[in-house]
Amino acid sequence: MLPGMMMRLLAVHKPAVLAIVVLQLLQTTANLLLPTLNAAIIDDGIVMGNTDLILRLGGLMAGIAAVQVATALAAGYFSANVAMKLGRQLRQELFAKVQSLSSQEVGSFGVPSLVTRATNDVQQIQALAVLVFTMLVAAPAMGIGGIVLALNQDVVLSGIVVAIVPVLVVIMYLIVRRLVPLYREGQILIDRISRVLREQIIGANVIRAFVRQAHEARRFAVVNRELTRNNLQSALLVAGMLPLIMIVVNLSSVAVVWFGGHRIQAGDMKLGALTAFIAYILQILIAIMMAMYVLMTAPRAAACAERIQAVLDTRPAIADPAISRAGLPHAQRTAGGTVEFRDVTFAYPGAEAPVLDRISFTAAPGTFTAIIGSTGSGKSTLLNLLPRFLDATSGEVLIGGHNVKSLPLHFLRNSLSLVPQRAYLFSGTVAENLRIAAPDASDDDLLRALRTAQAEEFVRDLPHGLHTPVSQGGTNFSGGQRQRLCIARALLRDAPVYLFDDSLSALDHATDARLREALTPLTRRSTVIIVAERIATILDAGLILVLDNGRLVAQGTHSELMRTSTVYQEIAASQLALGGRV
Amino acid sequence: MIAAEPTTTTAVAAPGAAWATSRRLLGLLGPVRWRMLGAVAATCAFVALNVSAPKLLGDATDVVVEGVFGGTFNERKLATLLLLVAVMYIGASLFSWVQGAVTATAVQHVSYRLRASVEDKLHRLPSAHFDEQRRGDVLSRATNDVDNISQALNQLLNQLILSVLMLLGALAMMLWLSPLLAVIALVTVPFSTVVTVLVARKSQAHFTEQWRTTGELNAHLEEYITGHEVLKAFGRQGMATEVFTTSNDRLSRTSARAQYVSGAVQPLLVFVSNLNYIAVAVVGALQVTAGAMTIGGVQAFIQFSRLFSQPIGQIGGMLTVMQSCLASAERVFALLDAAEIPRDGTEQAGELAGREPAGAEGAAVTGGRVVFDAVTFGYNSGPPVVRELSFTAEPGQTVAIVGHTGAGKTTMVNLLMRFYELDSGRITVDGVDIAGRGRDELRSMIGMVLQDAWVFTGSIRENIEYGRPGASDTDILSAAEATHVDHFVRALPDGYGTLLGNDGDSLSQGQRQLITIARAQLAGRSILVLDEATSSVDTRTEVQIRQAMQRLRQGRTSFVIAHRLSTVRDADLILVMDHGRIVEHGNHQQLLAANGHYSRLYDAQFSGRADALRAGESGQ
Ligand SMILES: Nc1ncnc2c1ncn2[C@@H]1O[C@H](COP(=O)(O)OP(=O)(O)OP(=O)(O)O)[C@@H](O)[C@H]1O
Ligand SMILES: Nc1ncnc2c1ncn2[C@@H]1O[C@H](COP(=O)(O)OP(=O)(O)OP(=O)(O)O)[C@@H](O)[C@H]1O
Ligand SMILES: [Mg+2]
Ligand SMILES: [Mg+2]
Repeated sequence: MLPGMMMRLLAVHKPAVLAIVVLQLLQTTANLLLPTLNAAIIDDGIVMGNTDLILRLGGLMAGIAAVQVATALAAGYFSANVAMKLGRQLRQELFAKVQSLSSQEVGSFGVPSLVTRATNDVQQIQALAVLVFTMLVAAPAMGIGGIVLALNQDVVLSGIVVAIVPVLVVIMYLIVRRLVPLYREGQILIDRISRVLREQIIGANVIRAFVRQAHEARRFAVVNRELTRNNLQSALLVAGMLPLIMIVVNLSSVAVVWFGGHRIQAGDMKLGALTAFIAYILQILIAIMMAMYVLMTAPRAAACAERIQAVLDTRPAIADPAISRAGLPHAQRTAGGTVEFRDVTFAYPGAEAPVLDRISFTAAPGTFTAIIGSTGSGKSTLLNLLPRFLDATSGEVLIGGHNVKSLPLHFLRNSLSLVPQRAYLFSGTVAENLRIAAPDASDDDLLRALRTAQAEEFVRDLPHGLHTPVSQGGTNFSGGQRQRLCIARALLRDAPVYLFDDSLSALDHATDARLREALTPLTRRSTVIIVAERIATILDAGLILVLDNGRLVAQGTHSELMRTSTVYQEIAASQLALGGRV
Repeated sequence: MIAAEPTTTTAVAAPGAAWATSRRLLGLLGPVRWRMLGAVAATCAFVALNVSAPKLLGDATDVVVEGVFGGTFNERKLATLLLLVAVMYIGASLFSWVQGAVTATAVQHVSYRLRASVEDKLHRLPSAHFDEQRRGDVLSRATNDVDNISQALNQLLNQLILSVLMLLGALAMMLWLSPLLAVIALVTVPFSTVVTVLVARKSQAHFTEQWRTTGELNAHLEEYITGHEVLKAFGRQGMATEVFTTSNDRLSRTSARAQYVSGAVQPLLVFVSNLNYIAVAVVGALQVTAGAMTIGGVQAFIQFSRLFSQPIGQIGGMLTVMQSCLASAERVFALLDAAEIPRDGTEQAGELAGREPAGAEGAAVTGGRVVFDAVTFGYNSGPPVVRELSFTAEPGQTVAIVGHTGAGKTTMVNLLMRFYELDSGRITVDGVDIAGRGRDELRSMIGMVLQDAWVFTGSIRENIEYGRPGASDTDILSAAEATHVDHFVRALPDGYGTLLGNDGDSLSQGQRQLITIARAQLAGRSILVLDEATSSVDTRTEVQIRQAMQRLRQGRTSFVIAHRLSTVRDADLILVMDHGRIVEHGNHQQLLAANGHYSRLYDAQFSGRADALRAGESGQ
């Protein structure tokens, strides 16, 4: 998985990679030549007592050293650039993919895990790439070069060098094989660390209110200990690698002197060759140690690559239909906003009982449509079918006469304006948050939308008005203010369909009434669907849908329902009991 | 984050700051100093062996040379020497392993403590901190930065100790073999130092920027993924991608720069040492020609000069790791140094906040007299959000707080809970100023349902039990039944064991609210705060849990915030808030009679509506 991913990502950087390979080969060659020349100094210089030659060879060595540093610097430059671009590409791909996933799919990974994958996991792959570029070219070149040069000096003695290679390979293989699963688990533990901390930040007030800091600390300590244990295990394995390799290589240099000594004695080998040979062995050791750094990093990167690939391989369940936007008939593009449900059933994957059971209704412009029903009866789920956050299990959802599944997602979502039940604001300013719905809206447009949403007054009172900073999630605003900002955001859009999911719950009644009044013009040209708990809010609706336990038990106007629907009567009675002037 | 902010000028870390950070980082090793000392000892042994082995190997070579030139090959001597070398090498590896293992445990200990202190810190940060700093950035410090420090320390401690000792060992051997050559070798040291310092100065700022941007990217991701449905609904993935791409590009650019600038040190140092190697070879060769040294001596010397220059190169190569580590450490320390909630008198310094609450439903519920006395407060010392609030809640009373959105109702609760500290005035509970009580002691007296229903990863049972750890199954079940949680939990295949994840998005909003009510119900404290507790719960369910809510309030001082005026009507005291002030107070009848704010609010809710509801009833 890791090599495949690397290959794919490197494909676009072929020239740079080629340059790195060439530069690294050059610098490795230069590195290898130095001991050879040194051997020449001993054999031809010292033994012959040729001072001139010694100096000339010395000068040559200096030149080679200069070439080496120049090539190494250039290679470092290219390596860093390519590695970081590779990381950037991966992050970009991940982000694009995550944006196409549905809530269920995001949920199956978890927000903290997705974030970790796009930062920490990518970082590991990036780090490996840097190492690979600096070492994987140089290490084999130095290793193989060392072996070739050793062969060149003395074939028989080189047998020793050749013999240690398989031993080293086996040692490394055994260690790496154990490391991969450890690192895999380690990344998951980082996810968990992140998840616990994220919850502690989001839920800080609840934790403090119930004085559960000690409990949270324990909860964290469990994960922290696990991560520490995991990291320790892998670190210990890695710590064992180097000594094992050193034993093998160093003992082989002992063997070289022993056998080499005998061969020199027998006159089969020159004296300088022995010196060079030991230098080569040292060089091979260095090459192996370089490779080892890669091998220490590779298992973790491999585990990370799996995790990244898992996200990239997710096929979003909800995707654009085959037809392109250009191919859309004109009539369809401008289709009106009539919303129709035909026998729609929806069940969450894995759940037996459907959340929505054979729902059919038509909501048209001209008036507003209300959905009322008990907690968990499926109101939000129903609304989520329209922008295709969810897809109906069976039946058809139509907007302007077209099945939502046949419309390009972009077009579909552009023709809807939604106020979600959870009022979510992004960090930024008030104006930036509003412009999410309409990037080109002028300040006047914003103020008009705020006025309709009954939010103009408080926004004007803010120290910086429209440019007041909003903290993440909108925590520096009151619940009702947040909700009204979300309403204003939705109103900025001129859409054929507006969806309000329980958006008036945090509003006081006076505000609620004013807001509904302000919405009236909107309902003339667009389909407006409002989920509400309060009958007072929906008295004037042209159509009220009564949901109970996923079934549409009644639909009609208030007065019709008061006559015909027992569920609706119960709801009305409950509100009378709760608040009516007795 | 909505729009890309302009790049903030990178804080160019002054060398002094880098030193301070390094010292602090080393200070973390304090508790494991004995282990580290052991590691150093093992490394010493390793180096001693690793350095003397080549010397003996050189002697062995001389035996061979003698054989060639002297004509007598002493095989026995060669064998003895080589055997000794072999034993030394094996010993060296053993010590190296001991050193690696000991260092690993020490580093993991440090990482553990670092993460634990970050977590501990989260509980000590004032609420305002979370309003200002983005979650993803805090998380990045706790994961990415700590992970980076951990990896870096592991490499650094292993190799730095080794490299420094190797350096000293090789130097000693060289001095012993040939002082002249040793001096030549030493010339590299000042050169290497200058090169390293120059490069490090340039690259540190890039590393600081790299980890800052990593935090920023983490924050974008966390925020955009959390709010991905909103982005989708408005088709604004493009905008998010733009912001993300800007950070991503910056991260890639700055990481590359950090990497290659600081990565340049190693080749440069290798160059310096290569020049030195050449000098040693040439001078050594001339010395042999002059008869001042043996060939074996020169050969050993060349090995030592490698042994000498290698660690210098390695230390240079560590620069990248070191600087990256420092940049991360700076970020983690900055979080740990952030201003904390001021300590209470009762809290022991250093003690982790949060004794387990002893509150239980059956436990004697006493007192609960709450007095607000001219309380004024504004967030972030800004303009006051609540002004001169004064009222008294007698034990067992229900106080309802009503008012327009943004009037300051939740703020009042935040002050009572001491999530924020007052600007002026005081709040007393049972006659004691809450500023003088321990926060935890105060909060242990209060059960609350927050406006934002929050459930955490874990089973539904655990979420309810949160209010009273160790509660029995029967207690949990009865709390769940009373609050109608049982009603929907029973329909779930795993019942109370159903795992909630991802901010509880497998439940409907109303269901989440019911769970938080069950939590408060189970907690059973002497003061109860319900902030819009049932805003998303449908009215039929609300009627069904009304009894439970009433029972919950019984004998407890309760603060109820609700837009639905249902519970409000029965309250002993109704406070009507407007723009941060209490504009009216009294009970339902009194306030209606007064024909002021309250009666207008009330009418807005029911004018004509009650008739509509009843009309249906009569039409039955
Ligand atoms: N992701 C999910 N996986 C499984 N079940 C879910 C998921 N989301 C919601 N449900 C279940 O589907 C049912 C309907 O949920 P929905 O959010 O549509 O209710 P609702 O009518 O909007 O309720 P409320 O008034 O409380 O907002 C609930 O019983 C809920 O537990
Ligand atoms: N964390 C915060 N930082 C800065 N300002 C805040 C913060 N929380 C609330 N505010 C401001 O303080 C004022 C009062 O907010 P508060 O949450 O107390 O209102 P509320 O009465 O509870 O309203 P709602 O009925 O909408 O919940 C508002 O103007 C709000 O913008
Ligand atoms: Mg809902
Ligand atoms: Mg509030």
